[in-house]
Amino acid sequence: MNIMVPVEHETPDPRLLLAVDGVTVDFDGFKALNNFSMTLDRGSLRVLIGPNGAGKSTLCDTIIGRVRATSGRVIFKGEEITRLPEDEIVRRGICRKFQTPGILPSLTVRDNLAIAAQRDRRWWRSFGLDIRGTERERVDEVLEQVGLTDRQHETASLLAHGEKQWLEIGMVVATQADLLLLDEPTAGMGPAETSRTAELIRSLLGQHTVLVIDHDMSFVEQLDGRVTVLHQGQFLKEGSVSEIRNDPEVAAVYLGRAKDDAAPHA
Amino acid sequence: MRFTYASAIPVAIIVLAAAAPWLISSYELNLMARFLALAILAIGLVLVWGEGGILSLGQGVFFGLGGYALAMHLKLVMLDPGDIPDFMQWSGLESLPWWWVPFENPVCAILGVVLVPGLFAAGFSWLVFRRRVGGVYFALITQALALAFSTLLISQQAYTGGFNGLTDYSTLLGFDLASDDMIVALYWITLALVVVAFLGVRFLMMSRFGKLLRATRDGENRVRFLGYNPAPYKVIAFTVGAVLAGISGALFTLHAGVISPALVGVVPSIEMVIWVAVGGRNSLWGAVIGALLINFARDEISSAFPNIWLYGLGLMFVLVVSFLPDGIAGLFAANRSGRMAHLLKTLRPGRAA
Repeated sequence: MNIMVPVEHETPDPRLLLAVDGVTVDFDGFKALNNFSMTLDRGSLRVLIGPNGAGKSTLCDTIIGRVRATSGRVIFKGEEITRLPEDEIVRRGICRKFQTPGILPSLTVRDNLAIAAQRDRRWWRSFGLDIRGTERERVDEVLEQVGLTDRQHETASLLAHGEKQWLEIGMVVATQADLLLLDEPTAGMGPAETSRTAELIRSLLGQHTVLVIDHDMSFVEQLDGRVTVLHQGQFLKEGSVSEIRNDPEVAAVYLGRAKDDAAPHA
Repeated sequence: MRFTYASAIPVAIIVLAAAAPWLISSYELNLMARFLALAILAIGLVLVWGEGGILSLGQGVFFGLGGYALAMHLKLVMLDPGDIPDFMQWSGLESLPWWWVPFENPVCAILGVVLVPGLFAAGFSWLVFRRRVGGVYFALITQALALAFSTLLISQQAYTGGFNGLTDYSTLLGFDLASDDMIVALYWITLALVVVAFLGVRFLMMSRFGKLLRATRDGENRVRFLGYNPAPYKVIAFTVGAVLAGISGALFTLHAGVISPALVGVVPSIEMVIWVAVGGRNSLWGAVIGALLINFARDEISSAFPNIWLYGLGLMFVLVVSFLPDGIAGLFAANRSGRMAHLLKTLRPGRAA
């Protein structure tokens, strides 16, 4: 019943876009996220890293409403969205790219983007043949951005794996969401494609706030945003790429050593 | 050149079909009209199953609702004022049940053909899809629905005519149903409705609605996380399919002169899916051809060898599913896109592209 209750921050910061506030996700006793908090400023880029099972994807799932927080709150643009229906969360301005390319295989590349770009998503407005002019322009723009203009009339299933990833990034961008969640956007890509992807994501930062999940450190370096490290569902570290790279605790986690091994220091 | 040639084919087929009253006997014309009526249901299944990925094993229910809605009217117009149908008298009913009364009016009956299956399908599928139940569970629920519907019809003999269903009609809107003119007129009406259903569903498939329906079929979650609620698209597709099944049932009832539980239960519902599987569930032409072909074959084979028809149908289904996943239409599509030619080319080592 606390839906849409404005959050009483001491001084509501206009730059603040997203606040994850003490979120715990409990899967029958296994805490995929454990009292996790983070904030994102408008227009910023954040990279979320952590070993497998650290809870990165669960965090994305919780923000977009696919998984519901057992406790804690997700606050977007100053309003609580923790329990809103998924499609409503998207309409508020959050869109997510999934880990395996979630494109619409039987539609053309262009139609994939057109569906994403359509602003009026009510079903009774869907009986026309084409989208609005401004939305068409938006689709053209995004096609250019992700480099698929030449292939716009092809069926999406025919794209190469990397192109499918770009198409899905394009779909997420085409929704004009304020916050883009990109879950492993370079999965299955070679080095050349990976750097193109990094470039693409950096080019989005003017209009969008981007949260990227990845564990390819060279990609993370190319992105050059602030990095948050997640471990066993909990916040571990936050800092610049070089700070994180040289952090002994982070190294320990990535080398698979349990935290207890490092405990004697404390 | 090839394009104009291909686009002339549908027109030629429709002209030929419209000229059928002068080309074939009255008996054959009635048979043709019956099968064309079934093709309307098949067109609906392309939208529901092919485009929407919603396997319905209960189309017989909607077919039956449309058929019974019209048959109730046909029974009532034959009666003297105050009289009730013969089977009700035999079952000891004294007066007409209240829910039969509106069907005395022809306009109500025709509206009923569309609205009863449509509203039922919309309400039912909304409840199911809103709960995000789909796939094989949905198919099983619809099959249970078909079973329940035919069981209900048989058990409520006093109200539904029981196992025998409703039969022996004589007039529609004052016209004698058995006259040759009426048979021709009904044939043309059926043909026209096939064309309307075909073009209507085709428009839906081409519209943004159709794209969203296919998108939902292929990635319901992706659609949901682009900010759409996928349920309404599935509900609409299912409802349109049900309305077309209802119209199909009403026309079939007119042509065949009977509607009974044996035409609407589990087995007929599965057969309907087989027509579309054989014809090609992603193709409107395929579905129409599948419905016509199987029903003509059924008519020929089951009158000569009544015992082997179901085996033959089953065998055909297995063969098509194993070797032609897109049905008969898949053969032509493969040809047109040059996939077949490409296949032949790659088989010849000297001519590799």
